[in-house]
Amino acid sequence: MSELPSPDEFLSKIDHKPSPTGWMDTPVEIRRGIACHAAKPDRLEYVGFPNPREWSCFDEDWQLPENWQEILHKGFKERLDRFRSVKIFMDICVRCGACADKCHFFIGSGDPKNMPVVRAELLRSVYRNDFTTAGKILGLFGKKAKKAYGARELTLEVLKEWWYYFFQCTECRRCSVFCPYGIDTAEITIFGRELLNLIGLNIDWVAAPVAFCYRTGNHLGIQPHAYKDMMDFFTDEIEEVCGVRVKPHFMKKKADILFITPSGDVFADPGTFTCMGYMMLFHFLQEKYGLEITWSTYASEGGNFGFFTSHEMMKRLNAKMYAEAKRLGVKWILGGECGHMWRVVHQYMDTMNGPADFLEEPINPITGTKFENAKSTKMVHICEFVADLIKHGKLDLDPSRNDHLKVTYHDSCNPARGMGLLEEPRYVIKNVCNHFYEMPANTIREQTFCCGSGAGLNAGENMELRMQGALPRINAAKYVHEKHGVNMLSCVCAIDRAAFPTALEYWLPEVDNCGVHELVANALILPGEKKRTVDLRNEPLPGMEDEDDE
Amino acid sequence: MTNNKKIYDKGMVIIGLCIFVVVITFPFWFNLGNAAPAPEPKIADKAKAAKECVMPKAYMKVEHMQILNEWRDTVVRDAKRIFVNSSGKEFNMSLTSTCLDCHTEKAEFCDKCHDYASVSPYCWECHIDPKETK
Amino acid sequence: MNISYMYSLIAVIVLFLLAYVGAMLPGGEVFFGIIIPYLALIIFILGFINRVVDWARSPVPFRIPTTCGQEKSLPWIKPNSIDNPTTTGGVIIRMFLEVVFFRSLFRNTKMALQEGDKLSYEWEKWLWLFSLAFHWTFFVVIFRHLRFFTEPVPALVELVAKLDGFLQIGLPELRISGVVLLGALMFLFLRRIYIPQMRFISLASDYFPLFLIIGIAFTGILMRYFTKVDIVGVKEFTMNLVTFKPHITEGIGSIFYVHLFFVSVLLAYFPFSKLMHLGGIFMSPTRNMVNNNRFKRHINPWNYPVEVHTYEQYEDEFREKMVGVGLPVVKPLAAKTPEEPEEKE
Repeated sequence: MSELPSPDEFLSKIDHKPSPTGWMDTPVEIRRGIACHAAKPDRLEYVGFPNPREWSCFDEDWQLPENWQEILHKGFKERLDRFRSVKIFMDICVRCGACADKCHFFIGSGDPKNMPVVRAELLRSVYRNDFTTAGKILGLFGKKAKKAYGARELTLEVLKEWWYYFFQCTECRRCSVFCPYGIDTAEITIFGRELLNLIGLNIDWVAAPVAFCYRTGNHLGIQPHAYKDMMDFFTDEIEEVCGVRVKPHFMKKKADILFITPSGDVFADPGTFTCMGYMMLFHFLQEKYGLEITWSTYASEGGNFGFFTSHEMMKRLNAKMYAEAKRLGVKWILGGECGHMWRVVHQYMDTMNGPADFLEEPINPITGTKFENAKSTKMVHICEFVADLIKHGKLDLDPSRNDHLKVTYHDSCNPARGMGLLEEPRYVIKNVCNHFYEMPANTIREQTFCCGSGAGLNAGENMELRMQGALPRINAAKYVHEKHGVNMLSCVCAIDRAAFPTALEYWLPEVDNCGVHELVANALILPGEKKRTVDLRNEPLPGMEDEDDE
Repeated sequence: MTNNKKIYDKGMVIIGLCIFVVVITFPFWFNLGNAAPAPEPKIADKAKAAKECVMPKAYMKVEHMQILNEWRDTVVRDAKRIFVNSSGKEFNMSLTSTCLDCHTEKAEFCDKCHDYASVSPYCWECHIDPKETK
Repeated sequence: MNISYMYSLIAVIVLFLLAYVGAMLPGGEVFFGIIIPYLALIIFILGFINRVVDWARSPVPFRIPTTCGQEKSLPWIKPNSIDNPTTTGGVIIRMFLEVVFFRSLFRNTKMALQEGDKLSYEWEKWLWLFSLAFHWTFFVVIFRHLRFFTEPVPALVELVAKLDGFLQIGLPELRISGVVLLGALMFLFLRRIYIPQMRFISLASDYFPLFLIIGIAFTGILMRYFTKVDIVGVKEFTMNLVTFKPHITEGIGSIFYVHLFFVSVLLAYFPFSKLMHLGGIFMSPTRNMVNNNRFKRHINPWNYPVEVHTYEQYEDEFREKMVGVGLPVVKPLAAKTPEEPEEKE
């Protein structure tokens, strides 16, 4: 983060007034700190993607295939035939501008091409030129006539602009909430990135996880033994805090439930505490109710970076979930806290890789609750599951163990706008914490702001972009921090947990970040546990500051 | 990959388009078999005899409402009752005693065009057609 | 100078002159009064159908509603059945509110960076209000015009006209819708000029329909209140058009033909422009779909099998390591040398 200016300087540089010239007359300038590293060739090779090579977006020559324009034109057409969404979104935008200041990247950068409408216009301009009658006719009158109509040819310049700006969108759908026609920039970006992948233009922070996930089952490329080692480490940690040794199941055939969560939580703080939370919860349920929940190293990734690559790659990675559930013979699948994972599970999985007729309609065996809303996909969100347990009084909780925390909740984009998971996590938090405060209404629920690093943009080289994107969210957190003394920003997304620590350190170092199930685990009273003096982070519990850990 | 001939969600699309076409073509089918020629206001004998209205015919055709409006305001607000037209002729500013004196039949003269053009002047909210009361 | 709106303004002025002068030339009335309007209407209807059918030729492979409220999950959590509908009824209400009251636009906020470091989001109602005013008054104006296209005039049309003129200002009575329409159009135009972000994104094709509709409203108001036109003659002409007995009424005047020509141009331009949002809103997958994703499977007609990395391939690669840490395997360990896998940096 050394290249970043101070936060004050950062803020003073933001100017939301675009140049008086139109966007087509404003040439693209690919900047360091914003753009991500290009995908390395081995990543593409591993999953059989075209045009693997060493390249960089700062090179003059991107080493494209000879006929790249033809490939993109054909790809564009094919996809228009496949996706009504984009076809309609190409035609009906009236450029009312309602979306303009809804994008966290525009708010944080002032770059006018980050207004969602312009992001879509990047595609639309080529669409008008290549696929509309008016564009073809006006083309006969020359470039000026075309430009007045908003059409332009797909030149290398335009392509670079596509690449630059489609990797400045986190597919968070906030703009889609405000669009009078529901135009969804996520669809546009997904479409655009799918096209770029046809000629080998991806970023490494997407391509590498894809290749890793394909091979090892998770984005981080953690091999099974290393995965097991991490879990063993967590087991030790938990024992130290609670005096209880949990015994997680791995790929246990005929277990009741298969649990899948993002691998990020196994790998990096503060996600690790959430992961420990899951392990403690499952231990509790096993000890108290005999419920068997198994982990899998083969399907050890909930997230799906294929979603940021192409629909096909998304399907290829997602297939592991059902395949593993089928192989193990579990009853249904439980999904951990993750953002875009839940977009994929909720809106794509059953369609792509279903029907999951080898699974049972999910029933919570402890409470008898039928998860009617998941009866086809057969996958339940852990917040739905835990909310149900708490409602029926099945968890032994001591919320005062979170009294050192003043918690607010960040709705992760995809569960909010691609699913509608709003009340469940709040219900859980309010039952495990005594101090909960909402951020301002225009920044939560369906209007929530992205963490700024979603959709594969959580790299290191684009830190300026990430801080731009995180600004609106952190600014809202700052508001409750100043007003109520909030010191913990909770969330249900692994990318959030990877992104927020950095963003908070930069924008609001007084506040920390955690997953909801870390809070649950702090409050959860395990059978036979010792007197707890510290929380999962080894911070002393309220009133226990002087007690020594035995 | 996709069959280009196929229309997806055919039922809904066709219903929607049918509604669209029915609504857009409303004037065409609403008037089917309806000749509805333009009305010819009947000029009463007395008006024919007078030959000329307070102003020329072409002017009266498009501006009569304006004149009536002015007459009303002048009479009510300024208590002036005499209108002098461009050729110097004087008239009593009165709908019932001047206009309807020549154009004796409101139904055949006023209403014909007003009904056709769907105009409902509020003259008759206060004034009465002398004929009707008899 | 902004080339986008200058182009559009010039185009509309040219159209004005074309019709104004053209209607005075011999045969001009027939051309601008009969041939063009019929042609425009045919283009409009066929073009509209063609565009919608073209959209419908692409499937909706995934069910992707934008959920703007609580999902239906546990029985004791109240779902938002309109903004996150799980039933067709819910979708119908959502779409109705969207189409009739612009519900999404109603949410609009205006972002500002204040005091150097405070982001604020204020409810921004003006775009919503003026868009709604524009669309509704335009509809009312069109609806009122049915008096020229029907005989007898339906009572509802008369009622709307009466309500529209209830202020009883002047004669012919002032129609509120016309004034509001022109005002709303001016607002929509000026915000494109004065808000820098709007100027940045506006294309000629954004200004053109605005100018065109301003032109329609302007010529209409001109005829009604200022230059005056023989209303009975106009209706005779329009009735002849809609009963397929086209006949020119003499002496209607050029402004009327300009008005009619503008309307014709708007109709013909419609299917090829952003104005197709009229049809598109009904087919927008993020708004017209039910969020029943996890309890009713959506079918993708082009779903095709893909290459996957199977468990067997996975175990074959990592068997030794799995066995080493006590993870269960399907096939017992054979004497085999696994390749050296790379580590993530």
